[in-house]
Amino acid sequence: MRPISPTLRSTLTNAWLAGPATLALLAFIFVPVTIVAVLSLTDYQFGARSFGWVGLDNYGKLFGSTLGRRAITNTLIYAAIVIPVSVGFGLLVAVGLFRMSDWAPRLSNVLRSVYFLPVAATLVAMSVSWQMMLHPSLGVVNQTLIAIGGTPQNWLSDRGLVLYTLAVIGIWQSIGYNMVLFLAGLAAIPADLYDAAEIDGAGGNWSRFWTVTWPLLGPTTLFVLVITATNAFRVFETVATLTKGGPAFASDTLVYALYREGFIYFKAGYASAITMVFFAVLLTLTLIQFRLVERRVHYR
Amino acid sequence: MELKAVTRRFDQSMVLDAVDVTIVEGSFTALLGASGCGKSTTLRIMSGLDRPSDGEVLLRGVDVADRTAYERNVAMVFQSYALYPHLTVFQNIALPLTMRHLGALGRFPVVGQLVPGSAEARRLIRSTVETTAESLGLSEVLSRKPNSLSGGQKQRVALGRALVRDPVLFLLDEPLSNLDARLRVRMRAELVALHKRTEKPFVYVTHDQAEAMAMADQIIVMIKGKVAQAGSPRDLYDRPATMEVASFIGANSINFFRPEDGWTGLRAQAPSAVSGVRPEHLAPSSTGQFGAHLETVEFLGSETILGLRTAKGKQLTAIAAGDYAAPTPGTEIKLEVTPNRVHLFDPNSGQRLCAEGA
Repeated sequence: MRPISPTLRSTLTNAWLAGPATLALLAFIFVPVTIVAVLSLTDYQFGARSFGWVGLDNYGKLFGSTLGRRAITNTLIYAAIVIPVSVGFGLLVAVGLFRMSDWAPRLSNVLRSVYFLPVAATLVAMSVSWQMMLHPSLGVVNQTLIAIGGTPQNWLSDRGLVLYTLAVIGIWQSIGYNMVLFLAGLAAIPADLYDAAEIDGAGGNWSRFWTVTWPLLGPTTLFVLVITATNAFRVFETVATLTKGGPAFASDTLVYALYREGFIYFKAGYASAITMVFFAVLLTLTLIQFRLVERRVHYR
Repeated sequence: MELKAVTRRFDQSMVLDAVDVTIVEGSFTALLGASGCGKSTTLRIMSGLDRPSDGEVLLRGVDVADRTAYERNVAMVFQSYALYPHLTVFQNIALPLTMRHLGALGRFPVVGQLVPGSAEARRLIRSTVETTAESLGLSEVLSRKPNSLSGGQKQRVALGRALVRDPVLFLLDEPLSNLDARLRVRMRAELVALHKRTEKPFVYVTHDQAEAMAMADQIIVMIKGKVAQAGSPRDLYDRPATMEVASFIGANSINFFRPEDGWTGLRAQAPSAVSGVRPEHLAPSSTGQFGAHLETVEFLGSETILGLRTAKGKQLTAIAAGDYAAPTPGTEIKLEVTPNRVHLFDPNSGQRLCAEGA
């Protein structure tokens, strides 16, 4: 047998190393996305033997109908509350716990675990306990409100309130994760920089944060933002377990609508259109992240 | 700057034990010691980044114990340079000035332009930074970020940030240890020139005795959290106070002869003492006082370093001239000790015995 030339051998090695993952990516991501994209242009129903082309009707229905628009605005409102608040609080908690580890390391560690618990726990299970806490007459929340002289609220069945209740649960659930990411970012900041800032006159809490902490957390913050944003746009578990999109679609979100249309009403065409919109949002987020990572975050 | 009986404890461990240091106006002091000897802690206490557990810190005769680093107006250059990676070279150098001349609002981008008086302050900052950068040869890289600079350039930026604020004292924490050997020698000369130009006291922490010897006019040798000896480089070389100092100073480590190593010819007056002879004061000679077997030969051009072993198994280093024709290893050669260059130490305490010459 003729010996294989070194170039050919290295090409084969490359193909062997990258090949399986590429194939899997094609089979499980690209092909399904293409199928979904095609389906979104049809009126296909699950189980049907035929389908008809409807062009962009499904998209028109999503953006044109009250229900579709409701799902989109609800998702946007939810994201607009959850993203800034959970990133902001995550950073605040991380900075606090990071400084606390200097004078009370034990307590700091305990609190870290406490904040991380909601992340580790299953959200569906947690939703049950939220449901009990938010129960209109028996729940802890309303009982406390009554005890301090407030008016009890129908947290999950008041149309004007339900979305914000879900947002608070979303924030509660993601702060811990953001905190852990920020803590890792904080630990990676060289102590020398804080010393240098102190020597240069930026030793006060406020100026130290703006001179060293915030700029050096740039990469972390961006990552946290993207992760939180993706999770916020994907909100589903709390909606499905606590409200089912109700009352009167007041808490209907994109992914819940997708689930309802696709898996309850079996409208595969319409569900595919929702999926494509959702996919476009996530893709944009990812692209933004890559662009910014390239530019700002490596301090070139 | 003066430290009086400064002690620093971290939990149980004593890092500095009653350290007394005096830095004279306009001097160049090197804090020399092995890693973990407390020299960096001493520097941090001088800067105000760390507080002593006990003792006094005086700056120009005033107790500055409760003043921050910034209020003391000391400048510090870090081993890692500690440049802000997100700021340009210009902004890095300008930071101490913007903190001083612009209020919190004036430092804000865009809004800051509108604060009264900030335009003038900005002009002042710009011209000061540009002059400093010019003097350090950084004019071309002012708009670059630190990560795109070479080690030497980063070092200069760190120096620029220290220089720009006209401090009363410069503190340098092993500033050259991240540079390659050739650049280090050049930066040494630049630092000395900078010291001449500013006429401000410099305190320089290093573990490299050659750096300390080459640059400083006062060397403070620290061993295990104590000042072992303070003096001029020549003092330390000619009259080391203890065996530890003697072994720390000098390019080639000193040979110690203990009584049990045989050959007591050097210490007629103190037979039990340990005698120290530097390799450069121990040379092969046909009329030498004692012999040893040659083991290794390192030819360095200007000189030849000989590794030897005496009949009792004691290892020695000697230095011969560069043109010395070394015999084959294994040969016994005679060694001659330069008179008056023998240091005698107490074998128990390691303290210098003052009886001998030099």
